[in-house]
Parts: sequence; structure tokens; C-alpha cells
Amino acid sequence: MIKRVHFPPGVLPYLLVAPQVAITLVFFIWPASQAIYQSFLLEDAFGLSTEFVWLENFAALIDDPIYLQSFGRTIFFSAAVAGLSMSFALVLAAFADRVVRGATAYRTLLIWPYAVAPVLAGALWVFMFNPTLGIFPYFLGFAGVKWNHYLSGNQAMLLVIMAAAWKQVAYNFLFYLAAMQSIPRSVIEAAAIDGAGPFRRFRDIIFPLISPTTFFLLVINAIYAFFDTFGIIHAVTQGGPANATTILVYKVYNDGFVGLDLGGSAAQSVILMILVIGMTVVQFRYIEKRVEY
Amino acid sequence: MVENRRWLDILTHAVLILGIAIVALPIWITFVAASHDALRMTQTPLPLLPGGHFWRNFIDTLLGSGLSGTEIAPVWRMLLNSLVMALMIATGKIAISIISAFAIVYFRFPFRMGFFWMIFITLMLPVEVRILPTFEVVADLGMLNSYWGLTVPLIASATATFMFRQVFLTIPDEMLESARVDGAGPLRFFWDILVPLSRTNIAALFVILFIYGWNQYLWPLLITTDTSMTTIVISIKQMLEAAEQTPEWNIIMMTALLAMLPPIIVVITMQRLFVKGLTETEK
Repeated sequence: MIKRVHFPPGVLPYLLVAPQVAITLVFFIWPASQAIYQSFLLEDAFGLSTEFVWLENFAALIDDPIYLQSFGRTIFFSAAVAGLSMSFALVLAAFADRVVRGATAYRTLLIWPYAVAPVLAGALWVFMFNPTLGIFPYFLGFAGVKWNHYLSGNQAMLLVIMAAAWKQVAYNFLFYLAAMQSIPRSVIEAAAIDGAGPFRRFRDIIFPLISPTTFFLLVINAIYAFFDTFGIIHAVTQGGPANATTILVYKVYNDGFVGLDLGGSAAQSVILMILVIGMTVVQFRYIEKRVEY
Repeated sequence: MVENRRWLDILTHAVLILGIAIVALPIWITFVAASHDALRMTQTPLPLLPGGHFWRNFIDTLLGSGLSGTEIAPVWRMLLNSLVMALMIATGKIAISIISAFAIVYFRFPFRMGFFWMIFITLMLPVEVRILPTFEVVADLGMLNSYWGLTVPLIASATATFMFRQVFLTIPDEMLESARVDGAGPLRFFWDILVPLSRTNIAALFVILFIYGWNQYLWPLLITTDTSMTTIVISIKQMLEAAEQTPEWNIIMMTALLAMLPPIIVVITMQRLFVKGLTETEK
């Protein structure tokens, strides 16, 4: 926590923490507490009067089928994004772990989508799947599939899931590969001597040993899908068609900045804050008990 | 390699190459779209091989006034805004967190733990969940449409402080003892010992924060209403909307390419630092 030896106290330590504390107070603590305060308020449509309504905003959310649908959709979206990108990354990492020569080249070619902004990832995918011009709808047409994500909610959801998962593959790949490379070679060799083939070794030794990484990535991917995918949704579907892709973070923005329902938006923010804090706590508890081999 | 299996080696490379092809496909399509003229980009099926208009599109996009029929700033201006924003976020975050980590690790002073926890809780709240009140604060301070408004609220985050705290805790106490015997004060110790010792960590963090800053979307979208302040990443959304009327996909995709190139170059050229930064800040 602190060094055994330290400098004598004085004004200096306060000056050193001052910038960060000031920014934290003004742009973090204050807005967050404002969000909590506003979540207890009800404002009329013209913003003329406000009333303190305790938990009414939260009660309204729980009764609101649209909010509950959005909640369920967010969970489905996160699970799909995490499942798709993690399994794709796991397969690639398992093979990359075998490569002796050229492993760095493969890694380089696989990690750069991390650097692409979510909204750009969305733009690329929406271009590829443009119903009139895109490459994929053209080829899908031969297979008898009519692609129009502006009309079909399921296709819109599929498109944002693919775009979000594509961007996250790089990150998952990097962590899986690092985890596999930190497994001692002797363990793998012992299994090989006992007659276990490559697939058997992966299933019975490598996969169980990297399970802490899987868990860690699950949390990180969930946080990513919950919050960082705003840009993708905004560029690709804008929550539509008919709210089919309105995930929670998009709804906070939409209700607050477009719908101007301040109390409702603030109550949603508070629920999201509780969710992030919960996920962060889970992540920290895991890191304390990190498995060492 | 544990054993020699020829078919498995072939399969390994085949799977990896296929994986790379899938991952690279969207970028390839973007590159191809950016290398044709506008007319070709309205005829189905769209090309899968690059055309000959890449450099002309490049010059037109970079120096022209962007898409016809849209009111957005010239692309070079938006690239500049993005660069300023990314650099300010990266340097600002590193500067304030390295000094506060120094204070928390090397001084014992009243409220030390209070400050520590205050910084700690910011770790948990991404800007998206407190967006509306933060916007109000920035508007009240008159910081809309300014570089300060773009960057300072994003600087408030604890990840960097934690990383530096971690680094400082691994530096042996003897360093400090011998520095004090030699008569070095706190600031001297900071500049001459701590900063040089954490140089690679600073560089790794810089790479991660540069990408983080460059790719910001929701925040700049809200606080830049003046077109001369928009960043390149935001402009894509405006172009996608304009594409409904003027489908100049060659220009749009060239802009997308320009928008993602700087962070991609950073990741590829500084791969070692990037990997180090990624694994360290997430802990």
C-alpha cells in the first residue's frame, strides 16, 4: 500500500493529488451524484417544475415493457457478442499457439482490429450489408435470402452482433494466446508422452488451465458489449427497426438527449452504474484469486 | 512443438490464414471501395478488386471540402482535431495520474486513503452512464466546442493511477533510502529516479490512451456542435446519413480508411508496447 520509507508530509502531496482530485470531483463525483439525484425527480414536459418522487422513476422502469425488453435484448446481445468473438479467438489462439515460426506475423495480422473505433466498425459492416449495394446482400440474394436490416429486426441484431464481435476478436485472441503460452511446456509434453493427441490435450489440459482467462474475458466482453458498442448501434441501426437493437446504453442516450425524459434517463443511468460496479467487483475478486501455475 | 504431424501443421496454417482473411475482409472491402470512382460504386455487384482511383480519392478527400451536399469540416481539419484530442487525453491522463500515484505511494499524509478511494470509484463508471449530468457540467463551465471540453472529462479515470501505483510499489525501497542519503528531495527523486524507471510503462500507456482518445465517439458527438471542432471518427456517422442522398461511397470509405489508419499504424509499429499496455492496464 505505502512504502516503508517515505517523504515527510507537507503541502507537496496535496499539490500532487490536487489535479486528479479536482477533475474527479467536477467531472465524476458531481455528475454521478447529479444522476442519482435526478433519478428521484419527475420533471414536467416543459421543464418548468420538478417534483421529488422517490423511487417512482425506478418503479416506472420496472413496469415498462419496453425497458424490460431492452434489458433482455442487452443480455442476449452481450452473450452473443462474447460467445461469438471468444470462441473465434479461442480457435485461432489454439492454432497460433502451435506455430513455431511466423507466430508474430500471425499475431500482427490478427490484432489490429482492436484499433478500429466502434463507429467505424459499424460503418464498414453497414456498407458491406447495404441492402441495395452491399456485397453480402448481393451474394445472399443467390441463396434466396432477402437481406434488409432496415426492415428486419433479427437481421439488424445479427449485423450489430457481427460488427461488435469482429472488433473484439483481436483483444480476446491476444489474451488467450498469452494464457496458452504461459502454460509450462512440460505439462503438455507429459500428456503427449501419455498418448494424448492434440485435440485431447486441448480439451483436457489447455482449456481447463486457461479457464481463469476465459472468466476474465467474459467479464471484459460483457462490459464492452454493454457500454462500448454505442457507436456501432448508432452508426448501423440507431436502435431500430422498431427498437429491435435498442440496448440499455443506447436507451439512456435516446431517452435523455432525444426524448428529454431526464428523470427516466437518470434512473436508467443509476441502474447501469450499479451493473458496472457489480461487474467490476466480480472482476476484482477474480483477480485476487488468480490461478497460478 | 510437441510432436511432428504434417497434416496438423498444414491445418494450423490453413485455419490461421482463413481467420486472418475473415478478420481482414471488412478492411479489404473498404480499401477496394476507396480505390474506385463514384460511378462504379453505384453499380451492383460492387467490385472486389481495387481500381485505379485510390490516389485521386485520397487527395480529393484529404484536401477537398468532404462530401458534396454535407456541411462538415474539411477532412484534414477533422484529422487535426482527432490528433489534438488523442494527444491531450494521453498526455493529460499520464501527467495527472503519475503525480497522484507518486503522492499516494511515497507520502503519508492525512486523508491519503480518502483520496485513494475517491480516485478508485472512478474506475467503475464509464462516461456513457453519467453522460447527461457530465454534459450539463461542461455546458455550465462554457467548455462546449473546445479542446478542453473534449478532453478533460475523459482524463478523469483511475486506470492509469492504478498502473503507476503498481509500478512504484515494485521499485525497491533502497532506491529511496539511498536517494535521501544523497540529499535528494521528493521532486528530485521523482524526476531523476521514478520517471526514468517507469519509462516503458509510460510509453505503453501512451499507446493505449492514444487509441482510446482517437476512437472516442459519444462524448465528442455531444459536445461539438460547431463543425470546425468535429473529429474524424464522428464525421463518418454524418457521412453515412448523407449517403442516403449522395452515395459517394468512394469518398466515405476513404474517410473511414483515413480515420482508422493512425491508430492501426500505432498498434502495428508499437506492437510490443501495445501488448504490454493492454495487459497491464486491465489488471
